[in-house]
Amino acid sequence: MSVLLIAEHNNKEIKSFTLNAITAASQIDEDLHVLLIGHNADDVAKSLSLVPNVKKVIQVDNEIYENYIAESFTPVVLKHAENYSHIVCSANTFGKNLMPRIAALLDTSQVSDIIKVISTDTFLRPIYAGNAFATVKSSDLKKCITIRPTSFEAAQTSGGTAEIVKADKHEVTTNTKFIKKEEVKSDRPELGTARIVISGGRGMQNGENFKLITDIADKLNAAIGASRAAVDAGYITNDHQVGQTGKVVVPDLYIAVGISGAIQHLAGMKESKIIVAINKDGEAPIFSVADYGLEADLFEALPKFLEELNKLNTIQK
Amino acid sequence: MKILVAVKRVIDYNVQIRVKEDGTGVVTDNVKMSTNPPDDNAIEEAVKIKESGKANEIVAITVGEEKAQETVRKALAVGADRGIHVKVDGIIEPLAVSKILQKVVDKEKPDLVFMGKQAIDDDCNQTGQMLAALLNWPQATFASKIEVKDQYLEVTREVDEGLETIEVKTPAIVTCDLRLNEPRYASLPNIMKAKKKPIEEINVSDLGVDVKPRIEQLKVEEPPKRKAGIKVSSVEELVQKLKNEAKVI
Repeated sequence: MSVLLIAEHNNKEIKSFTLNAITAASQIDEDLHVLLIGHNADDVAKSLSLVPNVKKVIQVDNEIYENYIAESFTPVVLKHAENYSHIVCSANTFGKNLMPRIAALLDTSQVSDIIKVISTDTFLRPIYAGNAFATVKSSDLKKCITIRPTSFEAAQTSGGTAEIVKADKHEVTTNTKFIKKEEVKSDRPELGTARIVISGGRGMQNGENFKLITDIADKLNAAIGASRAAVDAGYITNDHQVGQTGKVVVPDLYIAVGISGAIQHLAGMKESKIIVAINKDGEAPIFSVADYGLEADLFEALPKFLEELNKLNTIQK
Repeated sequence: MKILVAVKRVIDYNVQIRVKEDGTGVVTDNVKMSTNPPDDNAIEEAVKIKESGKANEIVAITVGEEKAQETVRKALAVGADRGIHVKVDGIIEPLAVSKILQKVVDKEKPDLVFMGKQAIDDDCNQTGQMLAALLNWPQATFASKIEVKDQYLEVTREVDEGLETIEVKTPAIVTCDLRLNEPRYASLPNIMKAKKKPIEEINVSDLGVDVKPRIEQLKVEEPPKRKAGIKVSSVEELVQKLKNEAKVI
């Protein structure tokens, strides 16, 4: 029995969620191989080989894999799947798009978004926006699993000596063409892995007011999140959305500002270690999950908050 | 052009979920049910495409128990032309649903299949991609914008890093994000008219698809509860608590 993990990367670096997925995968079985599909991604192959949990890196290089298209990745995975009992990857937009396509062709009922490995065939996963946890047992011979990255620590990235094996491409004609990716570049920490996240909701009233949040984010070296309402209203771009259909975050500190706390938003942040809620509506459901609630007008509280932070001698980064 | 739209009946998104005491699932008796929210976006998009003259027929399909038909009826009330209800009881996994949809696609031969990107009950996010795989069609998942061109679609997808644009040749599968559009409400006259629109009922046994679950649900439990927090009276107090009590800043 061994596990094949499909790596997410940008041909230069491993995406951090793949490191979390590696931790979960090696809990399923120690014989963990990583499949790296890309183009001119030798640096990624090298980095993966240094991860101690990884026993082998299988590198498939071709220009058709420069951009990630599930339709062209799937045949490569299927070709290698034969030797493995488990096919796994991270449950972010990468893995969510790719894995079901693989699972269907393996005639496997996929187990999505696991948060705990109980045994090689039994896993814990949230359902109903995290309002219930289901323990599920897969009876398929070959298992396809996606892993909620924030539920597992990132794997160590040095000390390993996995061999890198080159494998052939698998030419397919696909009817899908990559056009462009509009990536929002930011010097801030990534939302999914940041130690501190500060999020704004509908209460921010407009996009300009997010400046109040970015100022504090700069001070705390925090990532910026948002509720779906704030994204829908156009205050901020979609990559900031936290919630059931957005991103799941588990920072040490989550500060929710002007967010009422709909079930769907709570699904994306309620596992955070410390939660702060700032809202002028004292009855807002967000207070039910907050460790520290401040009932206040955010337009007064946020500038004051920044002022108080500036008074501190030291701030953890 | 013909568009098939798949809809699912789920517990309404506003309902506070309660886990059954015996650990076998969540309480569904006397609980408000609705169409899975992004499936509403899928229907809306199909109707908009038809209104623009680029499609001539919308078929709404659901797979599920007797009452699941309500979701098809609702789709008919906002603009679908006819419905299909594949009747099946009990838990049915996305793999089985995609096999059922494959059979229906073989018969109906739509140019596009739309559905929500995930169902808010099991949160699986699988069916569209699985159907695309079984049909060997392109998949445009998590769509927040769709432009219908000649023989292809240009689709903007919501991905972790921001937005991605792809082109998919038709026939294709699109799974819809909540930001794709603003679903309309059905007017009373349209609700009345929808009652006369045809819904074809198919028993799953007639399709020759194995729908037996492959995943056994051993236990459903409540997630660990957070311990109750406190209200602070001022920003100063908040910062002091974060610094000295929680030690996170």
